[in-house]
Amino acid sequence: MTTATPTVPTGAQAIRKSTAAGRVRKRLNSRTATLVSIVIAIAWTVPTVGLFVSSFRPENEIKTTGWWTVFSNPQFTLENYQEVLFGRSSSSGQLASYFINSLAITIPSVLFPLAFAALAAYALAWINFRGRDWLYIAIFALQIVPLQMALVPLLRFFSTGVTIAGVQVLPAWDLVDEQKFAQVWFAHTCFALPFAVFLLHNFISQLPADLMEAARVDGATHPRIFRTIVLPLITPALAAFGIFQFLWVWNDLLVALIFAGGGNETAPLTVRLAEMAGSRGNEWQRLTAGAFVSIVVPLIVFLSLQRYFVRGLLAGSVKG
Amino acid sequence: MEFDFAAEQPKFLMLMYGLIAFVAVVGGLLLLLDVVPAWFARRREAQLVAASVSGAPLPRRGKPQEGLFALFFLLPTLLLLAVGLVGPAIRTTLLSFMDAGSNNWVGLRNYGWMFSDPTILRVLTNTLIWVILVPLVATSFGLIYAVLVDKARLEAVAKSLIFLPMAISFVGASIIWKFVYAYRSEEQQQIGLLNQIVVSLGGEPKQWLLDSPLNTFLLIVIMVWIQAGFAMVVLSAAIKAIPADIVEAARLDGVSPWQMFWQITMPSIRPALIVVVVTLSIATLKVFDIVRTATNGNYDTSVIANEMYNQAFRYGQNGQGSALAVFLFVLVIPIVIYQIRNLRQQREG
Repeated sequence: MTTATPTVPTGAQAIRKSTAAGRVRKRLNSRTATLVSIVIAIAWTVPTVGLFVSSFRPENEIKTTGWWTVFSNPQFTLENYQEVLFGRSSSSGQLASYFINSLAITIPSVLFPLAFAALAAYALAWINFRGRDWLYIAIFALQIVPLQMALVPLLRFFSTGVTIAGVQVLPAWDLVDEQKFAQVWFAHTCFALPFAVFLLHNFISQLPADLMEAARVDGATHPRIFRTIVLPLITPALAAFGIFQFLWVWNDLLVALIFAGGGNETAPLTVRLAEMAGSRGNEWQRLTAGAFVSIVVPLIVFLSLQRYFVRGLLAGSVKG
Repeated sequence: MEFDFAAEQPKFLMLMYGLIAFVAVVGGLLLLLDVVPAWFARRREAQLVAASVSGAPLPRRGKPQEGLFALFFLLPTLLLLAVGLVGPAIRTTLLSFMDAGSNNWVGLRNYGWMFSDPTILRVLTNTLIWVILVPLVATSFGLIYAVLVDKARLEAVAKSLIFLPMAISFVGASIIWKFVYAYRSEEQQQIGLLNQIVVSLGGEPKQWLLDSPLNTFLLIVIMVWIQAGFAMVVLSAAIKAIPADIVEAARLDGVSPWQMFWQITMPSIRPALIVVVVTLSIATLKVFDIVRTATNGNYDTSVIANEMYNQAFRYGQNGQGSALAVFLFVLVIPIVIYQIRNLRQQREG
């Protein structure tokens, strides 16, 4: 700060004087900066690379030598993936089946909150009714309720229905096997709504008011405006939330563990992997390949749609 | 290839039912919203025609049914939130004052248990360590990296590398790091990177995840590894949003990079910094997957969310599990209040 506030002429001199030394220092600075950033980047990447390389190594090699020895002694195989995806024995993983479960859980769990939240966000932004602002604040505030608060009663809601004063108001869902997907969809949809409404409201409320006004004057009803004007304009926001929710649901462990159960009829990849890591923690040939089976889909989604994801992240966190 | 595709068919059928339900509900709702107003409009037209024919005074036009529309738009969301979130949250609060089977009221006993049982106290301490360290370390790394790669060559690639773990599930990340921490006895070759480094520096290999309290810190590393990317992206955007003329003016004044960072960059990105720290604190409070996958909460590594799961869903202790969930909620509140106050200050300032 002291050097930053000289009078004008000395300041100009200082700049001229410092150029030579300053350039060296700057070069040095930028070189250390590059070095440090490369070190961080390597530290962040190496663990993943290690697992990835290992997943292609033969079982015996993985268990006896470090993955870095692969550079002097390359041996690769697809055996691990074959085994972990399609192997018949119960210990092998059978991940192909769980992969389908993950898909079956994720797709509806993204679509439902997306549609419901878009409708709600439109109403909260552009339909005039009493108590609108309070309702928005209430939904917004629900974001802070940890989903742990809902787990026990929600599970009971599915298994025994709702009874008020001894009268069965809602029946139990009584779902078996793959029908339990519905429970998971329901839970994920409920838990996603507050954030979804908030994120989409951010976008929808910023659409130009003139546009809505003009449409209203032309006699368009709200559903019409929503379908023909709003929906096309908020596709980037929909994409942003869609990716968010996709990653969240695909990667979720807690909700699936409680509402899907552990069997191969409904449990997603994460549940199976966590189980394998616990019970077969040293079967690295399966764990490494299994981990990559679960990582590959979100990775593709993420890399191809990163732009939308970042935009959603910034809108969701910075404006909030 | 011994994969039995036929056995998977019920799942696809169920998925299809789900999609049909989606189309039916959402499409039906939109259709309803389209048809009903049209029907009302037609009836009104008929009324008008009848009125003009009979020469009676025209019926007064009622207020447009805005509220009704809003109700239909909001109906699915409100219903689901009430059934799936608000109702259960209230019920959990009640359950926390009841016994394991939720039959009798026990007052504050579950809370008393929480603050007296040594294992739970350990859990609370661990959670505290997590909540202090993760936001601090992840934000620092994110910030340093964002500053270092700003306007550097290959910036996009460099950022992607750090950002990538965000796409990996906590379970996957835990497996990746468990492999880094893997242990082989001294006579064998090490297969875990960390032990290999220790050995090549002349140390003895350790069973890292069994060694309390070090293991908690090693689990924290996993969370930091995942979340630093989030911090980096948000902070990098904030850094790029600093007006160029301020930076230019400072540069003309001959400010060193160090001063530039503390006197220009830091104050400008303060709001983003707060958002990142708050978001990470809340996410860290609820951390579950990492602890469960890496150690299953054994060896003194358990945290609140993990203990809550164990109490409620493994030991059948609904009261104690609920009390932990409520405590989690209570811990989030001050963070959120701080955040709201900050936002308000920003808006006024």
